[in-house]
Amino acid sequence: MGVQESYPIDVEAIRADFPILDRLVGGDVETPGQGPDDDTPLYYLDNAATSHTPEQVVEAISDYYRGYNANVHRGIHQLSQEASVAYEEAHDTVADFIGAAGREEIVFTKNTTEAENLVAYAWGLTELGPDDSVVLSEMEHHASLVTWQQIAKRTGAEVRYIRVDDDGYLDMDHAAELIDDSTAMVSVVHVSNTLGTVNPVADLADLAHDHDALIFVDGAQSAPTRPVDVEAMDADFFAFSGHKMCGPTGIGALYGKEAILESMQPYLYGGDMIRRVTYEESTWEDLPWKFEAGTPSIAQGIAFAAAVDYMEEIGMDAVQAHEELLAEYAYDRLSEFDGVDIYGPPGDDRGGLVAFNVEGVHAHDLSSIVNDHGVAIRAGDHCTQPLHDKLGIAASARASFYVYNTREEIDELIDAVTDARDLFA
Amino acid sequence: MAHTGPRTPESFYAKVPYLKLLMGMGSDMYRQQILDHYKNPRNHGELEDPTFTHVGENPSCGDTIKIDVRLDDDGETIDYVSFSGDGCAISQASASMLTERLPGTTLGELAEMDRDDVVEMLGVDISPMRIKCAVLAEKVIQDGAKIHEGDLDIDETTTEE
Repeated sequence: MGVQESYPIDVEAIRADFPILDRLVGGDVETPGQGPDDDTPLYYLDNAATSHTPEQVVEAISDYYRGYNANVHRGIHQLSQEASVAYEEAHDTVADFIGAAGREEIVFTKNTTEAENLVAYAWGLTELGPDDSVVLSEMEHHASLVTWQQIAKRTGAEVRYIRVDDDGYLDMDHAAELIDDSTAMVSVVHVSNTLGTVNPVADLADLAHDHDALIFVDGAQSAPTRPVDVEAMDADFFAFSGHKMCGPTGIGALYGKEAILESMQPYLYGGDMIRRVTYEESTWEDLPWKFEAGTPSIAQGIAFAAAVDYMEEIGMDAVQAHEELLAEYAYDRLSEFDGVDIYGPPGDDRGGLVAFNVEGVHAHDLSSIVNDHGVAIRAGDHCTQPLHDKLGIAASARASFYVYNTREEIDELIDAVTDARDLFA
Repeated sequence: MAHTGPRTPESFYAKVPYLKLLMGMGSDMYRQQILDHYKNPRNHGELEDPTFTHVGENPSCGDTIKIDVRLDDDGETIDYVSFSGDGCAISQASASMLTERLPGTTLGELAEMDRDDVVEMLGVDISPMRIKCAVLAEKVIQDGAKIHEGDLDIDETTTEE
């Protein structure tokens, strides 16, 4: 068919790294892939929730457990040294990936949510007061929205929301009004997980810095799908998760400018984050370890770096081009239907996801029927309940794409949506 | 990559598990039953003189149900049930079917009902992820009755585990 030539990346070669893509679905969920009813090919279009894990990353995990499993920063013995070196170098790899200066600016966390909470607790509880405002956007993920909302309640700070216009873009005039001298923090999502909007975070950083505020950029959907340079966007904080970019769950990264991280108190106390402890006092380890108390997720951290290597091998410019190609194709195909609402900007100006509703079919019914076709999509509020309230909907269906997806898989989605529409017509 | 292409609705209905859910183990009658209740809900709307009223939701799904119940003069037997709400086919059809099922039932019998009774009423297998959609209406009526009898003090029912 010659389809492969028409993609910016070698999809066929990439798919070979992901054996899960070859499994069949449809059977008993308690025996994954093993049952007689597992007879339907899988079309996995739920990558904004989590991506799959290539052999190279699975091997990085098994190499660690099979070859050099040991606690880090604890022992003089050989295995501990090997584990420590690999775990520390993983920070360097992640730092390079997003344009950070070095490992001192990269704290490994459980995920993006924990990174948000780390800054909200360690910086926000100390720095915010009743005269301060925190500026968010109406399209924030709950990870950012709920966290700042609750920290603001504790500190008396005011929360303000930058309006999302009818086309799914941030109203930048409104942003310029909201961000003022009372603003201490601007926390915005880089790529919306619901609308697919790519926000002008560098412009927002300028606005924040004009008023001596800091900016936290939620990169959960951007770091996996496009080149990111935290210095170019002048973010003070930037966070993302490993599992949305071919890495394992349980690992993510918080980038922070060194001087700011240096000035912050620890978020968690315990082993590994201290330098000297007496019965009365403690002093802290250097960055980033000051923020990594207790035994960290060692295998996951090392595998996170393997995932970064995997993505860089493909090339993030090419990844972005592939994402945009599939998003536009899905947008155009869904637009062929009457009675399908698609949320967010036009097909040629969005990240690699499309959230939509089919008239007369609840998103959960749609997702269940589509699942029967082997097509995996998300249905629900995607952790943006206030945005769904604003859109006047309880839930939506969302298809999201990654490096192994093809136009043919989107065609499967379209066939399944057609069947759901016919059933409920 | 395998590409199964468009299926005709009939072969599709015969094959897929969710349709089993909607149509009941491959039987057209059950498909008709649930889809029919969803598209043409029975006793839909609000009662003018309910003995008690209660609301509930599945926050993660956005399913909402409001139930109005009128009791007989004995204060014990359900005379009439109506519902309104918004949500998926399973949640709304389950509510509609309950409004037909419950009149004549006592509040004691209502309190004894569990999720198996709802699944049996729907006549289909319900996947674990969707069970809360199926039981929402039952739980709203049960909680409404408990509030009416002074055994419960909540504003709204949710089905989150």
